[in-house]
Amino acid sequence: MSTLAREDALARPAQMVVAERRRRPFPWGALTVHGLLLVAVAVIAFPLYYAFVISTQEVSEVIQKPPRLLPSAHLVENYYEAWQRSGMGRLLLNSTIVAVGVAVGKISISILSAFAIVYFRFRGRQFVFWMIFVTLMLPIPVRILPTYEVIGNLGWLNTYAGLTVPLMASATATFLFRQFYLTMPNELAEAAQLDGAGPMRFLWSILLPLSWANIAALFVVLFIYGWNEYFWPLLITNTEEMRTVVIGLESLIPRSGTELPTWNYIMAGAMMALLPPVAVILFMQRWFVRGLIESEK
Amino acid sequence: MEGRFPGRILPYALLFPSIAVIAVFLLVPAVEALRLSFFEVSPFTGRGTFVGLANFRELVRSDIYRGSLSVTLLFAVGVVALGLAGSLAVAVLASLRLPGFGVYRTVLLWPYALSPAVAGTIWALLFDPSTGPVTVLLRAVTGLSPNWMMNGTYALAVTVVAATWKMLGFNIVFFLAGLQAVPQELREAAQVDGAGAVRVFWRITFPILSPVTFFLFVMNSLYAFFEVFGLIDVMTQGGPGGATEILVYRLYQDAFIAARWGIASAQSILLFVMVGALTLLQFRLAGRRVVYA
Repeated sequence: MSTLAREDALARPAQMVVAERRRRPFPWGALTVHGLLLVAVAVIAFPLYYAFVISTQEVSEVIQKPPRLLPSAHLVENYYEAWQRSGMGRLLLNSTIVAVGVAVGKISISILSAFAIVYFRFRGRQFVFWMIFVTLMLPIPVRILPTYEVIGNLGWLNTYAGLTVPLMASATATFLFRQFYLTMPNELAEAAQLDGAGPMRFLWSILLPLSWANIAALFVVLFIYGWNEYFWPLLITNTEEMRTVVIGLESLIPRSGTELPTWNYIMAGAMMALLPPVAVILFMQRWFVRGLIESEK
Repeated sequence: MEGRFPGRILPYALLFPSIAVIAVFLLVPAVEALRLSFFEVSPFTGRGTFVGLANFRELVRSDIYRGSLSVTLLFAVGVVALGLAGSLAVAVLASLRLPGFGVYRTVLLWPYALSPAVAGTIWALLFDPSTGPVTVLLRAVTGLSPNWMMNGTYALAVTVVAATWKMLGFNIVFFLAGLQAVPQELREAAQVDGAGAVRVFWRITFPILSPVTFFLFVMNSLYAFFEVFGLIDVMTQGGPGGATEILVYRLYQDAFIAARWGIASAQSILLFVMVGALTLLQFRLAGRRVVYA
């Protein structure tokens, strides 16, 4: 113990010298950089901070000039009021069902199709691949009108199926899993076959456990996509019970020019609408950042 | 064997869900949109009359549509230029590997999770014509107090700022990843040769970063074309006087408010051509990983 301590004491000055020498050109520069970054963070974060602040104030505080930049004490009553006025419980439930439905549904069907494309040889494989490729070019607004008709013909207006299934029609996830499976060594499938495992067994017991990081990343991306989709739910739902939260928020915003917006309730609603996706992104950041960069490249 | 499984029916069964969804909700509607774009459809009977290219001709000649196109381009240029420049600057600072570097990514990333509609709501608050802090600040600094609900140019600027803000986190994450891939030795070598920091950035870092920049250019353009619908709907509904009526919003108006399905479908086709061009460009250039400075 004592020798260790002594060695430590002996070693320390040398380390400090090295550290100082390495750092010497930077101290002012580093401070400046941190300062600039903090300004950037402040500018980027201010809108959200201010939205939160307003959501805790009562009307008289909201309209005072100059604006009051500190939170007040009316958080609970504002959130309660916003919850009641917008039917927030139902909105959040719907958004959760849609976001989880889109994420789980799209990931599931994409894993299956990518598995088929990579691990089987069959007629029309190239065709299928190109068909999937084309879908990358068809974002919802481009095909909105006929898709709306299809939903109508299926009787899917105001249903969860109508809200989720059309959002799964894209190939990005299939691409991601295809890329990933292509990096797997061939021996993996060969060994499985020698051991007498069928393809589904191979997918379930070997491929899936290796894919968790990709699945997690994709889940975040798709959850956020499903939660935030605006155009589609606006079109195919027209009842209160089927609205998602980003649409339902509008019931807090006056559309007529004469009525002044009650910002404190609107912001309370906005905070509740943005909390779930922000929480998902912060909790799953590690997988998400990696997966995002891999999947988009 | 080559690591493949035998199977005649299984691969088709595995593909079926994806193919079915894509066919029913994507390919068939796309073909139908193409067909409808050659028809004049009555909103009451749903019957169509073949009119050839008349819908496209009407669009090309229409002042409203041209106006909407130039609004969209201005909007996209604003979002791309402001967003890429801003996030590159922040990313460069955050990539200097100072202690505490990891924290910045966390605190800068989250706007990505916001929906454009919610972002729009928040910025409508900040720019509120009477009590918004940005309005108050602008009035104090410039003495002007424009109302973006009445002034078209200002409305466009406000929506651009709101839309850009939402994409900053996304852009910064990609720029940071790209910057980490720039070899440190290259920069140091240039510094030894007497190049200043600015010169090193423009001559070495920026060219190596160009694939990321280009990717973000495409993603931000697509975002500005399509995903800001909710933001526009919440903030301006295309107003005042069409000043923020981007193409997607125009399409929505024609398809679902005016029920002019033929014209709306023709707009879909034109949008498809624009996205297609952007996507192909991205795929052509994405293959080139190496960049020669």
